[in-house]
Amino acid sequence: MKIQTLTLTAVLAFASATAFAEEVRVYNWSDYIDEELLTKFQEETGIDLIYDVFDSNEVLETKMLAGGSGYDVVVPSGTFLSRQIVAGAFQKLDMSKLPNAVNLWDVIKDRTEQYDPDNAYSINYMWGTTGIGVNVGKVAAALGDDAPIDSLALIFDPANMEKLADCGVYFLDAPTEMIPAALAYLGEDPDSKDPEVIAKTEAVLTAVRPYVQKFNSSEYINALANGDICVAFGWSGDILQARDRADEAENGVEIAYNAPKEGALMWFDQMAIPVDAPNPDGAHKFLNFILDAANMAAASNYVYYANGNLASQPMLEEDVINDPAIYPNADTIKNLYTTTSYDVKTQRKVTRLWTKIKSGT
Amino acid sequence: MRRFVLIAVPYAWLVALFLVPFLIVLKISLSDTALAIPPYVPKFEWAEGIMAFLRQLDFENFIFLTEDNLYWKAYLSSLQIATISTILTLMVGYPIAYGMARAPAEWRPTLMMLIILPFWTSFLIRVYAWMGILSQEGFLNQFLLWTGIINEPLTIINTNTAVYIGIVYTYLPFMILPIYAALDRMDGSLIEAAEDLGCSRLMAFWLVTIPLSKNGIIAGSFLVFIPALGEFVIPSLLGGSRTLMIGKVLWEEFFSNRDWPVASAVAVILLLILVVPIVLFQRNQQKQAEAES
Repeated sequence: MKIQTLTLTAVLAFASATAFAEEVRVYNWSDYIDEELLTKFQEETGIDLIYDVFDSNEVLETKMLAGGSGYDVVVPSGTFLSRQIVAGAFQKLDMSKLPNAVNLWDVIKDRTEQYDPDNAYSINYMWGTTGIGVNVGKVAAALGDDAPIDSLALIFDPANMEKLADCGVYFLDAPTEMIPAALAYLGEDPDSKDPEVIAKTEAVLTAVRPYVQKFNSSEYINALANGDICVAFGWSGDILQARDRADEAENGVEIAYNAPKEGALMWFDQMAIPVDAPNPDGAHKFLNFILDAANMAAASNYVYYANGNLASQPMLEEDVINDPAIYPNADTIKNLYTTTSYDVKTQRKVTRLWTKIKSGT
Repeated sequence: MRRFVLIAVPYAWLVALFLVPFLIVLKISLSDTALAIPPYVPKFEWAEGIMAFLRQLDFENFIFLTEDNLYWKAYLSSLQIATISTILTLMVGYPIAYGMARAPAEWRPTLMMLIILPFWTSFLIRVYAWMGILSQEGFLNQFLLWTGIINEPLTIINTNTAVYIGIVYTYLPFMILPIYAALDRMDGSLIEAAEDLGCSRLMAFWLVTIPLSKNGIIAGSFLVFIPALGEFVIPSLLGGSRTLMIGKVLWEEFFSNRDWPVASAVAVILLLILVVPIVLFQRNQQKQAEAES
């Protein structure tokens, strides 16, 4: 009897706590924050933070366009953000609630304006490049010491890929990343919307398809760090996280990241508030918390991605701010390109091409 | 009045849970994509919406499906995978059901429990467990290497074989339970009569037991075939990128193309593919019932 009463009290206490506590629901990319920041936010504000993760822009966009996602803060990349703004998926930010927005870095703000005019709907969370992660030892064993680890030829030349297939190659399962990369390899405009130009990538990707072990956008961090694969085409910070995890594990795996010399995609992940967010006020509090220089520095130090927060830079660790793979220097920044979003018809062609490459049908 | 209620209840059930959702999907399949929330036009608005809908009514999304061979290949491949898995499940499930029905009465509740027990664990976790069993470094390969049956690990995960294993495992209880119910009801003296009249045991099984459990076999096969045809979780976790199934194509239409109208058209066709054999089967049953009476 006593136990029953106790349970009942606990249930009631739980019910009342959930009924009255303020909640903020955040939907962010996987492996993309220092989780201590989440605890810190809850302690500082007393708001319950519900934090979910995804690993593809497509999944996020479907939730946004269906409406009623229940999230207060989401993090689409620039090209997807711009399309979702047109669809009316986001609400304008109330700048009076974001005093920390003064910390934002003009260099990045200028670039994100092409996706979000006047940066009215979003703030930059992180940005990075898409490139090649290699297991240095294994790639040297397969291709010799002069392996082209900083060139797209490593992953798009069948002669190289044939030798790498045995030690394992992963590609991102994201046509909006892989097609521009194949275009850059061909010397075409990576942002081309011309169906005939895009069609040229089919031959390139189909030729190396047999040697790709998996198309996945999140598993390569662990696979690289454990030494299960030797090459991954993926996002800069993810590969650097793999490098860090391998170092910590002291398993003899050495990972290196290179932005390909033929050109690398520069992308921006933007935090925005859905138009039907249940708690827009709490969402602004979360954004303002993220915009704090110390918090943003902690996040970047943890995930090895550059951020759009100028004030955070003095607080970044040496191996973050001084690593040209994270904060590109004048030389490497010339190699970076950005893309814009596809219209519906082109999008369908790109997805269809991607299905064909992956499944052979 | 009572008769009316008797008829109205099942019909209301059908209308609310089948016809209404189907009409919603059908309506979306006849709409056009748009960059909006929700991502199609016209939306569901009475009066104005219906007029706009009728004005621009066309079947372009269905025509689109015929223009790209991806869709019919995916339908065919799904039909093939569902058919083969149903046959495999029947081959595995029938002996189990038969054994259960022949087991001593005091064992049966325990055996039944063993069939139902796995349902207490999440379906998703059980499929994940198969990933652990079937992977290159998984339990199965470790075991076979240890016994020396194979020298190189087998590639099972990310192939159609893994999908078959997953479907047979997941849907086995749906096959066993109806067959068991049919066999359990069977009058054992019929077998004795057949044997007295000169049937061998095998012949008696073929001529008496199988026909008498036919309804269980058919019910079990439908319970496996229908969900297997539209299966998404098993092929996406256990299958490779070359496993082509309509469930995955549907997912791509929704999540990669954000094209709800075409996705809905795919769903409508899938439903038609399922409804036609079910209706034919029911007709056949009715005719038989009439002929017998």
